[in-house]
Amino acid sequence: MEMVNRPYAAAFEAYAVQHPEVLCLSADLTSSCEIDGFRDRHPDQFLSLGMAEQNMLSFAGGLGLAGFRPFLHSFGVFLYRRPYDQLMASVAYPRRKVRLMGFLPGITTPGGMTHQAIEDISVMRTIPNMTVLETGDATEVESIVAEADTVDGPVYCRILRGSVPRLFDTPLRIGQMRVLAEGDDVLVVTAGITTEEAMRARTALGRAGVSVRHLHLSTHKPFDAAQIVGHAASVRHGVVTLENHLVTGGIGSMVAEALAEAGLARRLVRLGLQDTYAHGGSRPYLMRYYGLDALSLVRAVEQLTGEATGIGEEALQAARVEAVHSAVKAEAL
Amino acid sequence: MRNAPSTADVAAGIRRRVFEHAMRNNGGYLSQACSAAEQLAFLYNEALTLGPSIMAMIPPPFGGVPSATNADYVTGAGYNGPFAPEYDRLFIAPAHYALVAYACLIEVGRMAPEGLEMFNRDGSSVEMIGAEHSPGMEVHNGTLGIGLSTAAGLAWGRARRGEAGEVCVFMSDGEGQEGQTWEAVQAAAHHGIGNLWALMDVNRQQCDGAMDDVMQVGDIATKLRNFGAVVAEVDAHDLDALRQAKALPHEGQPLIILANSSPTHGMEFLMRRFPRLHYVRFKSAEERDEMNVAIAAELGIEPIALEDH
Repeated sequence: MEMVNRPYAAAFEAYAVQHPEVLCLSADLTSSCEIDGFRDRHPDQFLSLGMAEQNMLSFAGGLGLAGFRPFLHSFGVFLYRRPYDQLMASVAYPRRKVRLMGFLPGITTPGGMTHQAIEDISVMRTIPNMTVLETGDATEVESIVAEADTVDGPVYCRILRGSVPRLFDTPLRIGQMRVLAEGDDVLVVTAGITTEEAMRARTALGRAGVSVRHLHLSTHKPFDAAQIVGHAASVRHGVVTLENHLVTGGIGSMVAEALAEAGLARRLVRLGLQDTYAHGGSRPYLMRYYGLDALSLVRAVEQLTGEATGIGEEALQAARVEAVHSAVKAEAL
Repeated sequence: MRNAPSTADVAAGIRRRVFEHAMRNNGGYLSQACSAAEQLAFLYNEALTLGPSIMAMIPPPFGGVPSATNADYVTGAGYNGPFAPEYDRLFIAPAHYALVAYACLIEVGRMAPEGLEMFNRDGSSVEMIGAEHSPGMEVHNGTLGIGLSTAAGLAWGRARRGEAGEVCVFMSDGEGQEGQTWEAVQAAAHHGIGNLWALMDVNRQQCDGAMDDVMQVGDIATKLRNFGAVVAEVDAHDLDALRQAKALPHEGQPLIILANSSPTHGMEFLMRRFPRLHYVRFKSAEERDEMNVAIAAELGIEPIALEDH
């Protein structure tokens, strides 16, 4: 599997230099959000707003009113927790074209509670006028810059940084989910970093005779409930959601709402943070500790099928994750 | 066609309209009219470069909130004139002054008097706390402290585009209690935003009462200067002082005029209510009648004709 170094840095710079109405805003996390090179090479398009997120959100609303499209760079958690009122009144309500680039989503940071955006999807998707996107690989990080900038209104994006695996070879498209496998035993719905875990689990589950249908979400809002329901209806045993987020308000809730509103009875296991904060640690440790990893997914599938697979840590570590090529379709809305 | 009113006349008209409205509706934001009448009159009648209103004299009813499906949505900015490079923009940061701002729009001929009759009526755009779609309101400011930041962003963008128009914020001193106000001043100074200025109504009052009892803010002028603003301190009821303050050079820095005001100016009878002046209600018909006679006399008008109740 190919690893791509700092895909956001290159993609943002390539896009922004072609679009003078795009402004690069930072709140003292410039190198942490991979825009230090952009700051140095394009200082006229870069605005340092310092450690003052409340002002940054309202300021960005004013820039939007002036016809600019500011990209705000910070850790995801700092873009909505402290400046929530400003996000509502200055950005979301008036539908400013503000692009909120939230780095280090969920437990991808060792920074602990203060740095971990574990309820951002839940918060953002309840905000009227907001679009919510999430990246799961290098290709999605590269393509989210231009795609987010097509939104006629504000958009929040969960961005992966640093060394990011390339899983897909087709760009992120708003409203399109990726159908990564079309099995008929269990439906697995993932997004962001949990997709790679599910791909690992899927390989092992396939060998054990479990047929998995796997959806990867990059658009949380607008949420394609009809398609989720269609896929859920086509599996025998039920649905597992696996998210780098609290299970309340995120993918688990979205899928539950979709099934309930459609009147489709399917068992649902929601994996993710279970009404708990996380603490600081490495990503693999936290994924294991909080049950966000491939092994947790295998156990959830066993719970639905009622049969043990015999899959353990060793089998999962041995499972190779292959990049997904365009033969696997990305379905439209 | 009548001659253009003097700014002092506009200020007097604001007080009369707000007083009349409060009498007829059993209460209102009287002290805001007392403290801010000259300031809003100054802004609309002479300090700001505004184009003619592009909105209907009688405000349209509430037309829905902004959404992807509400294609006809407009803000109340059109009452302040079209968005054109040469014109200034005005944000009323304490949206609780809406009644006073609406009265001002009427006095300067941008809204019909019927607009005030729609104040705080269900289905009306003339909302009690000015909303983005209310006459003369350009953005949502009902949550205090966000106005100056938004204005700073807009001003930066306008300067970047080479537009001559400035951005002005009418502020309240209570906003000095909000941390965001200080973030905004430091950002405006850091980025050299000189096409931004604010007029702050320093009436030393807030919802709970006198600011000194609720939360002291200290020496606002010194604090603002230390954060990077050019500051002037004037008597809010002295129009010549306001004019001189506005003329202060502030290249590369925001200008903030602290207008020291009296929350009972022109209606001294209200001192009986001090310090609970944020929203004046009447406890009895007798109390209303007494205030009607006393304040009308101060304003030089007949008492407001009230229906029996």
